[in-house]
Amino acid sequence: MEAGTVTRPEPVARPEVVMHGPRSAPRGWLSWLTTTDHKKIAILYLFATFLFFILGGVEALIMRLQLSQPNNTLVDPETYNGLVTMHGTTMVFLFVVPVLAGFGNYLVPLMIGARDMAFPKLNALSFWLLLFGGIAFYASVFFEPPQAGWTMYPPLSDDAFTGGGGVDAWIFLIHLTGISSIAGAINFIATIHNMRARGMGWGRMPLFIWTILVYSYLLVAALPSVAAGVTMLLTDRHFGTGFFDPSSGGDPLLWQHLFWFFGHPEVYIMVLPVFGMISEILPVFARKPIFGYKAIAASTVAIAFLGLLVWAHHMFATPTPTIVLAFFMLSSFTIAVPTGIKIFNWLATLWRGQIVMKTPLYFAAALPALFTIGGISGVMLAIFPVDWYLHDTYFVVAHFHYVLFGGSVFGLFGGLYYWFPKMSGRMMSEFLGKLSFWLMFVGFNTTFLVQHSMGLSGMPRRIYDYDEALGVSVYNLISTIGAFILGIGVLVTVVNVLWSLKNGRRAGNDPWQGNTLEWFTTSPPPPNNFDVVPRIRSVEPMKDIRREVAAASVPAETVAQPVAPRSL
Amino acid sequence: MPQCRPFGTTGTKWSRFGAQRYDHAALPTGMPRRLFFVALGAVVLGILIAAPSALADAFTPESGGSQNANDIDTLYKITFYIGIVIFLLVWGVLIWSLVKYRARRDGRADQIRGNTPLEVGWTIGAAGILVVLTVVTFLYLDDIDNPPGSGPNGLSAAAGQFASIDQPDPPTDGGPILRIRVNGQQYIWRFDYPGDEQLFSYNKMVVPTDTTVVLEIEASDVIHSWWIPQFGPKADAVPGHVNESWFKVPAGKEGIYKGQCAELCGPNHADMRAEVQAMTPADFEQWADHKRAQIAAAGEALARERKQREQEAQQ
Repeated sequence: MEAGTVTRPEPVARPEVVMHGPRSAPRGWLSWLTTTDHKKIAILYLFATFLFFILGGVEALIMRLQLSQPNNTLVDPETYNGLVTMHGTTMVFLFVVPVLAGFGNYLVPLMIGARDMAFPKLNALSFWLLLFGGIAFYASVFFEPPQAGWTMYPPLSDDAFTGGGGVDAWIFLIHLTGISSIAGAINFIATIHNMRARGMGWGRMPLFIWTILVYSYLLVAALPSVAAGVTMLLTDRHFGTGFFDPSSGGDPLLWQHLFWFFGHPEVYIMVLPVFGMISEILPVFARKPIFGYKAIAASTVAIAFLGLLVWAHHMFATPTPTIVLAFFMLSSFTIAVPTGIKIFNWLATLWRGQIVMKTPLYFAAALPALFTIGGISGVMLAIFPVDWYLHDTYFVVAHFHYVLFGGSVFGLFGGLYYWFPKMSGRMMSEFLGKLSFWLMFVGFNTTFLVQHSMGLSGMPRRIYDYDEALGVSVYNLISTIGAFILGIGVLVTVVNVLWSLKNGRRAGNDPWQGNTLEWFTTSPPPPNNFDVVPRIRSVEPMKDIRREVAAASVPAETVAQPVAPRSL
Repeated sequence: MPQCRPFGTTGTKWSRFGAQRYDHAALPTGMPRRLFFVALGAVVLGILIAAPSALADAFTPESGGSQNANDIDTLYKITFYIGIVIFLLVWGVLIWSLVKYRARRDGRADQIRGNTPLEVGWTIGAAGILVVLTVVTFLYLDDIDNPPGSGPNGLSAAAGQFASIDQPDPPTDGGPILRIRVNGQQYIWRFDYPGDEQLFSYNKMVVPTDTTVVLEIEASDVIHSWWIPQFGPKADAVPGHVNESWFKVPAGKEGIYKGQCAELCGPNHADMRAEVQAMTPADFEQWADHKRAQIAAAGEALARERKQREQEAQQ
């Protein structure tokens, strides 16, 4: 060692972090294929399900074109029945149920202050099962799509009457999406039960989380029934069993019981989480707390429980003893009470608020309005002597579109407009949003309000053609025009999403002054969601945080985009 | 002094000296408020004018072919009117809230979290409406579900050959009822009449007026559903089951009643039409005799041809 050179201190022994085979995170398309991040999986869900929504919508438009006038020959009867089946199946199994899994995936960990779902790999599996279910089903258009309706009643769906592979593709879809949904549901249940932020007791859980939890339990309760049913249908078709064949001692009604024991809870599976969404959106835009938090949470549980007891109201016209019909009428009636409670609570949430008229609120406020119409027609259909007339007519078509489109889809669009800034970091265009809303609202009502009248005039569902003497030609033309207005409305939102992804205004952490924890983190959130998870003291943690930040007299801009103070 | 503001401006209780200002947030969707209310008024007026004339047809079921159809129509109307009240209540409160409580610059939202008496009240109210509906339904149920006896001008006056026409079950206080077996097949309906001599028809059912007709509905391939809208109820035809339905065309309502299959039964489901021709019992007797003779003649012709073929085969 020479003099004059700087003497270096002896290196101090430090603990060394050893990584075996460190790999950089995959980028580009590979990152989407291999991701187990709940947010990326959620975006995959949303993207895929909206594609299926567009497909199902195009199928609906072709059907509406065919029905626009009597004796139309746009599509042949086989194609029409294929469209009926594909449209129903797509909307139920490939759009509404999984799109909710998509929203749930994105929001559940964020809302409860978790860093991911409980089982991230199972979560990825759920998505890929869904996608491959959808692909297997849609592959049937290249040979022979199923033509027995989404309810797939045997004996029509049996191999003697519907050969080809379409029904088998459908069965495959039910199994794959069923496993996907059950796996997803178990994941939600495990996540919500175990991974909530400190202080978030059952009474402080956001209402969307309540509804996703109930949605998950309903999926677990109802799906095995349809899984059993379609397995029996498969063996009936290919292995010589006769579960649904009366000549072999089977019974076609067995299928209907198995199917609807799943199929009716499915309705609540499709609508309850959307109720949860608007229970989050309405108070934020009314600048008021949700009215009757406990009543809304409790009514969700009540609807789910009662929803398991009403399945045979889909079978009022079958040979069934009157006493059974009376039971199912009364059980269906009882559901109207918790549903009514929810609607009154939402109205009371808006009452005496300071309502900020942004696009999410438009869609969210349309839900109670449109769902009320679907609910009223639902009570009418629950009265079984009246249902003897209305069953399987366009009145029923109108009813369930008011429930599933007026309810679920309008709420979902509200959710999309509300959470898009969180997911993308960009605001959506308010102008395009409101344009889309009005087109959809006018188009939807034009399409479906007259369908009540079609049914009352005696037009059955699922017919590719109708008699001019039935007097429904004008109604059908109006309905077709409305369907295209509705389609344009949906298209405007698609344009809005694509435009806003690049050009939207920067959203910041909390553009709406939200109540729940997802607004606590950045937009879009980092892979680990939160560096600090605050302790939860109420059902509106963001309000507490804002108040605390204000009390700590930090600058105003920090109030708008709060950071976690050390004390939390 | 009552304030008179131009459209699109707002003043609040809290604004100083009744100050007015142009407020974009107060405009419904950027449309001048006047135009909005004029449009709304026109729509409401249009509905009020159009409703009574359209009500009979567009908003209510078909009926008139049978008493149970009329009862269903009445039951439907009762629930429909209750539904209209609820609809107006919900839409009224919703629109009122959205218009009246939109955000103002100085506004404060009432931080209400709930109101137990109110919540209990609307729960009981909703349940009460359903109790009313239940009671009304059960009042009408018996008349809709259970067939009455035939009227004095029914087929009983001329009954002779319809051996099974007088069934002990269900007990009725009127004349004997006519039982017809309905069989759904892709894509036709077959009707079998009772009696020693064979009597059947396809697609067109002929019935006597003022006579209670009980249908025993079955299917021989896939599920179909029997429905003539003007007769009210539909009934699924399920293979392996016999479903029942009934109707009774009043005297003087002779004519043709049309319907069609109401359960997806294959590609040509839409073309599976059904027709019921109601005629006076005397005409019906005549039709039945004629039809029986036709069937018998066809049967004999068939037997003759069979015999001939057999002979040809032997030669």
